[in-house]
Amino acid sequence: MAKHTLSVLVENKPGVLARIAALFSRRGFNIESLAVGPTEHAEMSRMTIVVNVEDSPLEQVTKQLNKLVEVIKIVELDPTAAVQRELVLVKVGATPETRGQVLDAVQLFRAKVVDVAADAVTIQTIGNAGKIADFLRVLEPFGIRELVQSGAIAIGRGPRSISERGKPVAVPVPPAANS
Amino acid sequence: MSEQQQAGTPAGTVTGAESLVKSLEAAGVTDIFGIPGGAILPAYDPLMDSPIRHILVRHEQGAGHAAQGYAAASGRVGVCMATSGPGATNLVTPIADAHMDSVPMVAVTGQVPAAAIGSDAFQEADIRGITMPITKHNFLVTDPAEIPRTIAEAFHIASTGRPGPVLVDVAKSALQAMTTFTWPSEIHLPGYRPVTRPHAKQIREAARLILDARRPVLYVGGGTIRSGASKELMTLAELTGMPVVTTLMARGAFPDSHPQHLGMPGMHGTVAAVAGLQKSDLIISLGARFDDRVTGNLDSFAPGAKVIHADIDPAEIGKNRHADVPIVGDVREVLLDLVLALRTEADAGHTGDYEAWVQFLAGVKSKYPVGYDKPADGGLAPQYVLERLGVLAGEDAIYTAGVGQHQMWAAHYVSYERPNTWINSGGLGTMGFAVPAAMGAKVGMPDKVVWAVDGDGCFQMTNQELATCAINNIPIKVAIINNESLGMVRQWQTLFYNSRYSNTDLHSKRIPDFVKLADAYGCVGLACESPDDVDATIAKAMEINDVPVVVDFRVHRDAMVWPMVAAGTSNDDIKYARDLAPQFDEDDL
Repeated sequence: MAKHTLSVLVENKPGVLARIAALFSRRGFNIESLAVGPTEHAEMSRMTIVVNVEDSPLEQVTKQLNKLVEVIKIVELDPTAAVQRELVLVKVGATPETRGQVLDAVQLFRAKVVDVAADAVTIQTIGNAGKIADFLRVLEPFGIRELVQSGAIAIGRGPRSISERGKPVAVPVPPAANS
Repeated sequence: MSEQQQAGTPAGTVTGAESLVKSLEAAGVTDIFGIPGGAILPAYDPLMDSPIRHILVRHEQGAGHAAQGYAAASGRVGVCMATSGPGATNLVTPIADAHMDSVPMVAVTGQVPAAAIGSDAFQEADIRGITMPITKHNFLVTDPAEIPRTIAEAFHIASTGRPGPVLVDVAKSALQAMTTFTWPSEIHLPGYRPVTRPHAKQIREAARLILDARRPVLYVGGGTIRSGASKELMTLAELTGMPVVTTLMARGAFPDSHPQHLGMPGMHGTVAAVAGLQKSDLIISLGARFDDRVTGNLDSFAPGAKVIHADIDPAEIGKNRHADVPIVGDVREVLLDLVLALRTEADAGHTGDYEAWVQFLAGVKSKYPVGYDKPADGGLAPQYVLERLGVLAGEDAIYTAGVGQHQMWAAHYVSYERPNTWINSGGLGTMGFAVPAAMGAKVGMPDKVVWAVDGDGCFQMTNQELATCAINNIPIKVAIINNESLGMVRQWQTLFYNSRYSNTDLHSKRIPDFVKLADAYGCVGLACESPDDVDATIAKAMEINDVPVVVDFRVHRDAMVWPMVAAGTSNDDIKYARDLAPQFDEDDL
């Protein structure tokens, strides 16, 4: 199975997240991560969904997503043509003996200490999935006490925006619907 | 009825409930099936003064299926209404049914007041959450100002693209609040843009495959009915001479009497229709979805066939079977374009050569017609009842069915000649569909004779709507094919469970007495148990047009539905009677 990153532009309305999450679950797909937030347009939210799935079921789930009335656009982001980042906050054991080594790792990975306690530090790091996995492997021996990840967000490289589109299409209203 | 309310003009202050009723009027609604209750109660008050006819049903499931029958028979959007909580959850089955069979329907439900939502209030159910996977779209309205726009969008979504059910849940507080009513002049749905016009390149490619094929078949699905494409289908079929199969959802899309028609494919399809798909080299799918009841085991389905798959819903294309030529578009538009392309080719002297294939299938069709044995004890064969009903009620009548053996017999033994005359629950397979659907069909098409063909099991799930029919002057006719059992389940027990009949005996020739039941409901009840009386009984039922009629056809209980492809097996293993497999003379191909 291959990892795919989908950028999904949705209408900023209540219940959209539930619809999308339910669709993935009903069609039998596991979401690896999902991040959602506002965009440059107030009426739109953007979700970045990472799924582990073969190509042909991915096409089916994309088509099913597209059928949701509140889904405006779906783009699969090619990792080579996109920047992908996730944020990690990790609380690691740091005794007087190990603190130096932990701080070395923080520096090597260009991470940042955001909280210090007597025998632990909380570190923030931003990167792609690969860098974060490497960083966590290095921290492992010191004892990871707590770990929280934001889920990936991603954006295509280059000047274009995925929310660029033609004028919204307005349709004349029924009575046509029922005549 | 929306004349007095010009689009875009404000019309003073009204309650949310009045705004809802005005919106329904503006959307062109003339009939609603429903039941009031606490949360929806405010809407029922202005409904009393509205020209909209509200039909008070006896169970919300009946309202939902009636809306489906209304929509399927008339082509207009069916509307049902219910209160919050149990009223709304009782609509779940018809909504799921409409979703599976692409029926345009709008369900309006009351919700507890906005401030109480989420508090587990009396009769609160998250019906929007519950119906998310079984609606085309749904709404929760808590702001009364949103009511007109929401109703306009609901009707637009339900009736365009691939039709389907839309639920509008309105909080009681929004119905009670004051607002202004303005019917919108435009709809903005940035994420909803159904494609109806097929791509020219795909049409050219499809035409090329059709000309190159030697064993093509037109695989016609329910989308052809919903799209109103029967005339265009006939033109394409007669232009090319290609054989036609019509799925359970498409019965009537192409006349059964037409020589190119092979019948219904699938688990209980005709041998000719199953062979026509299975041995084809090109399947032209028109608004069909390669459902498991049609394909049997997918891996061995039509192994030598290329596929042209035309559907208005891109998600259906390639879902179950790879499409060599996908065409996204409305079936009618696809057919118009295909006819144009093939006519141009024909004018240039290019036509397909299907002669051997057509001959082969004609041989299969005449060798293995759908047939049945008369019961040895002189009892009544259910198939005979349907055969006679089809002849005596005729091709103008509308037939609805429940789900099971009677449904399959009704699909086979009534000859359907035109679209929207056969209405059944295909995808969801909802027992109890027939009576309320017939009620809805009769309201939608009051000048048509409407027969509900029902099983004795199905009938007992929804027959309370006979009261609705009797009181509201909706004179439907019901043919109960009474084999005193859950017949299709019993058939499977006969075939696959060593004739151990676990919980399928309904004793319905004893309890209830259907004739008395009909009488109690203000209907005329008739019974028939001999083949000699079938014609006279149907004739009598046809004469009664002022009240509903229920006929208890007491049939032989061991009759089985044939042909049959056992679930999960290959279509190659079709049996046309128990342990009898057809022999194909494929040297002719």
